[in-house]
Amino acid sequence: MNLHRRNLLQFTAIFTLMASAGLITEAQAEEWNKAAFEGKSLDEVFNALGTSTPEKSSLISMNAPDIAENGAVVPVSISSNLKAQQIAILVEKNPSTLAAQFFIPAGTESFVSTRIKMAQTSNVFGLVKADGKWLMTSKEIKVTLGGCGG
Amino acid sequence: MGDPMRIRAAENNGVVDVKILMKHDMESGQRKDASGKLIPAWFITMVNVKAQGKDVFNAEFGSAVSKDPFLNFKYKGSKGDKLLVSWIDLRGDKRTDEATVS
Amino acid sequence: MTPFSFAQTTADEIAKYRAMLADDNPAELYEAAGEELWKKPSGPKKSTLERCNLGLGPGVLNGAAAQLPRYFSDTKKVQDLESRLMTCMYVLQGVPEKEIVNAPMQEGLKKDMDAIVAYVVAQSKGMPIHVSTKHPKEMEAYDLGKKAFFYRAGPMDFACATCHSADDKRIRLQDLPNLTTPAGAAAGWGTWPAYRVSSGQFWTMAMRLTDCYRQQRFPFPIYGSEVLTALSMYMAVNANGGTMETPGLKR
Repeated sequence: MNLHRRNLLQFTAIFTLMASAGLITEAQAEEWNKAAFEGKSLDEVFNALGTSTPEKSSLISMNAPDIAENGAVVPVSISSNLKAQQIAILVEKNPSTLAAQFFIPAGTESFVSTRIKMAQTSNVFGLVKADGKWLMTSKEIKVTLGGCGG
Repeated sequence: MGDPMRIRAAENNGVVDVKILMKHDMESGQRKDASGKLIPAWFITMVNVKAQGKDVFNAEFGSAVSKDPFLNFKYKGSKGDKLLVSWIDLRGDKRTDEATVS
Repeated sequence: MTPFSFAQTTADEIAKYRAMLADDNPAELYEAAGEELWKKPSGPKKSTLERCNLGLGPGVLNGAAAQLPRYFSDTKKVQDLESRLMTCMYVLQGVPEKEIVNAPMQEGLKKDMDAIVAYVVAQSKGMPIHVSTKHPKEMEAYDLGKKAFFYRAGPMDFACATCHSADDKRIRLQDLPNLTTPAGAAAGWGTWPAYRVSSGQFWTMAMRLTDCYRQQRFPFPIYGSEVLTALSMYMAVNANGGTMETPGLKR
């Protein structure tokens, strides 16, 4: 059995456990099982998230550097004026396109900031699900290695 | 049991700004060791944050979240709120840490 | 766009990238681990490090790293932070120096040392660097450090000075601080130890200097040895008046 499949089965077992422990909802355990993280392209991830290509929207902002000195740590923030239920960060040229997704309960702001790995210069997409509809924004982030020392 | 996290949570005008630094190698499964073998994936997959017993944030991480993951979000809350941050990783290793909103 | 203006824009963008990572430095995780180790009874003597004297009195950490290296009358030698911590770990906890020296980089006792270093340097963050050369041994260490800095050797005939003794030099996109000047030395000495995002590791000054040796294809210096203290002394004295920005964050 290849590593990917074995990992997926582990996910399934773990999340079933977490769901039964009340740590995540059954819905969330289900979401993970859909292997959105296995998507190798934007389309595959959009599909796994249950949407066609989301419309671009100026109501979503992404705060991220134009150039990342090192692809290992790239700070990305997504925020929106919409009432987000879910936020996702996709990196087009990464082997696993979906970097992370976030579930926003009522009372929590439509905002998240995290740090992601980028394999190479790529478009990075910030998706927001609000009112049952996915919208997105994107930005190209250049990745450079940097050199030795410093 | 995983290593301790660093949690900062400060309230201002009814909004609590939560910043979490987790200690974890976040091995993507893409890297190879010196002999050319793939280092198995090992990363945090789920993060849950509760304030006063209620969910205020849930995150799912893939292999592309950076080592020693950072998370920042904001929720409507108060000084003195008891925060509980939990994560679980691919191997089933877990960690839960508490913090009080200042 | 001229090559110069492009380089400027790139430098600005990289500065923005670094600024975005300035807060919530993963080094804080090491600091927290270091604080625990500082207060944990360990070693054959089952004692904490809370009485360790880093030059300002037993257990005084505030500003201690900013005045190292310095001469210590009990050991009768100039010591940098890691050398002095080894002394404390031996005297207070009974851990032989050799065990720490021989531990593999970033493992076991060295891993503990990394965390303790992070904790200690964080207690000097934002403070002015002020290292003395009043004691003759301190002056000696400075002179030895200067000599080592300019000493060309190894298969490439490099010295520290090859990369670090002139202004406006770079390797690819990394600016090389001129460690012979106050500003350059402060930029170097004041920002290490640091968390390196490229490796996701916390590097102490000894690790940073050891890697410089590796880059020059020199043999590695022995951990805690005189040359590391001397080079540290040279950089720190040149950096006097600058600010400790430790732990730093590097690519």
